[in-house]
Amino acid sequence: MDVIQWFAAPLQYEFMVKAIWVSALVGVVCSALSCYMTLKGWALMGDAVSHAVMPGVVIAYVLNIPFAVGAFIFGVGSVIAIGFIKAKTRVKEDTIIGVIFTGFFALGIVLVSKIRSSIDLTHILFGNVLGISDADIVQTMIISVITLVTLAILRKDLILFCFDSTHARSIGLNISFLYYTLLSLLSLTAVAGLQTVGIILVVAMLVTPGATAYLLSDRFDHLMGIAIATGVFSSVIGTYISYHLDASTGGCIVVLQTLLFLTAVVFAPKHGLLVRAKTVRIGEMAASAELDAGASKRDERH
Amino acid sequence: MNGISIDIENVTVSYHGKVALHNASLQLRPGTICGLVGMNGAGKSTLFKAIMGFVKPAAGRILIQGLPIRQVQKRNLVAYVPQSEEVDWNFPVSVHDVVMMGRYGYMNLLRIAHSTDKRAVKDSLDRVEMWQMRDRQIGELSGGQKKRTFFARALAQQGTVLLLDEPFAGVDIKTEKMMIDLLMELRQAGHTILISTHDLSSITTFCDQVVLINRSILAYGNTSEVFTEENLSRTFGGPVGNLSFTKPRLQVHQEER
Repeated sequence: MDVIQWFAAPLQYEFMVKAIWVSALVGVVCSALSCYMTLKGWALMGDAVSHAVMPGVVIAYVLNIPFAVGAFIFGVGSVIAIGFIKAKTRVKEDTIIGVIFTGFFALGIVLVSKIRSSIDLTHILFGNVLGISDADIVQTMIISVITLVTLAILRKDLILFCFDSTHARSIGLNISFLYYTLLSLLSLTAVAGLQTVGIILVVAMLVTPGATAYLLSDRFDHLMGIAIATGVFSSVIGTYISYHLDASTGGCIVVLQTLLFLTAVVFAPKHGLLVRAKTVRIGEMAASAELDAGASKRDERH
Repeated sequence: MNGISIDIENVTVSYHGKVALHNASLQLRPGTICGLVGMNGAGKSTLFKAIMGFVKPAAGRILIQGLPIRQVQKRNLVAYVPQSEEVDWNFPVSVHDVVMMGRYGYMNLLRIAHSTDKRAVKDSLDRVEMWQMRDRQIGELSGGQKKRTFFARALAQQGTVLLLDEPFAGVDIKTEKMMIDLLMELRQAGHTILISTHDLSSITTFCDQVVLINRSILAYGNTSEVFTEENLSRTFGGPVGNLSFTKPRLQVHQEER
């Protein structure tokens, strides 16, 4: 099978065309947000929120309202709960996060199992981009627009918030507003992500592209560009691979993302393991040379 | 320029029921360089946080140039130079980006830089001799250059109150001298500068006022009157050893990479 055939074959099916477009869009949105998640050190928070939205999604399904509404309430609610318990008790934050997000997740599973007839647990857990409905596509598009526009408008404030929240506060930026905005986007984007890769893997979409890009660039704009490029690439090619291998779409996308990340870990031009090993050796040599020079300089001063 | 720049009256701050700062009062005039001396946990950073409005005093009031903290933040009056340990040096921002952050308070919602902002950033970077390095990622700088970058951000902010946390830790002699000269210029221009430091020898050289702190303000006033061995041993809870009070400021720091 030649390359053109490999790319063209799935396109004869409408559901594949839709799946590829939706995956690509989700790739863009999740990757854009992943830059902030990585820089703010919110990987665990991303994991927590993406799991905690589950009962919200199920309840929204039962009430026949958009998933995003339920996810938003439970995503933000879980973080408020975590913050409240942290402030009022002696339990450490990572412990509370672990307890709350698994608790919410379990509640979601209980709810799904009670209404099994009308909702498929595996679709929520592992995604179902190949069978995505038009209503879900519209919802994903709305979430994408909201997220990308918000990130564009608040870009500099969010960078400052991630980089130096002390300075941000001292010049009067509203830190809690930025915190809850980022959190709300996280909850919404988790919904978009769970359509394609499912709730279990969505954290990978929200962290890995940013982490890969972080190894490859020292400029925020480049970081964002690289993250989106790797995210979209993984989403599209992962969907193709899943078609040809007849394997889980979400699984293929995330495995591909992880491979890109590992490639960057080893080969990144500045921060990769290979270059690091080299610079450490050069650094050691330079340091010993400098030590000699420094010693003679100090002698001169005395 | 007259009146009082930093006005702290009977301020008590507590965290989770523990008092970090008790009944502190302090008045500093414009055109002052004031050293803030105390042990770790004595309340230095609490005092900074209170001045920046991060903690709400349980009692007392704080005014900067006669204004309450909310107004102070809106007018960008207080600039803060953080300790190097507080900064994420791997963050993907350049020297220029960091200094521009000092201007965000003057910009609209989208933080679009106007010509005044660009000029302020260039001027500030020129004053600390970092304009040439403006495109470097901050992690690629030496300790002194890192400190000068954040000092430039504070200059670009054009506040009238400057808070510095351990400004001379890990910097080379060139940076230290440059920063002291700039601090002197700012004092001439009527700024109020509060420096938190462990480096006692720097106090006598260029601080005209000193605040001794240990959970409360023990003493403050002119350096020559307050900076006595007796007061210092109260601050540190014991004798401070053979500190020379007349030693000129020529500490030999090891030159950095």
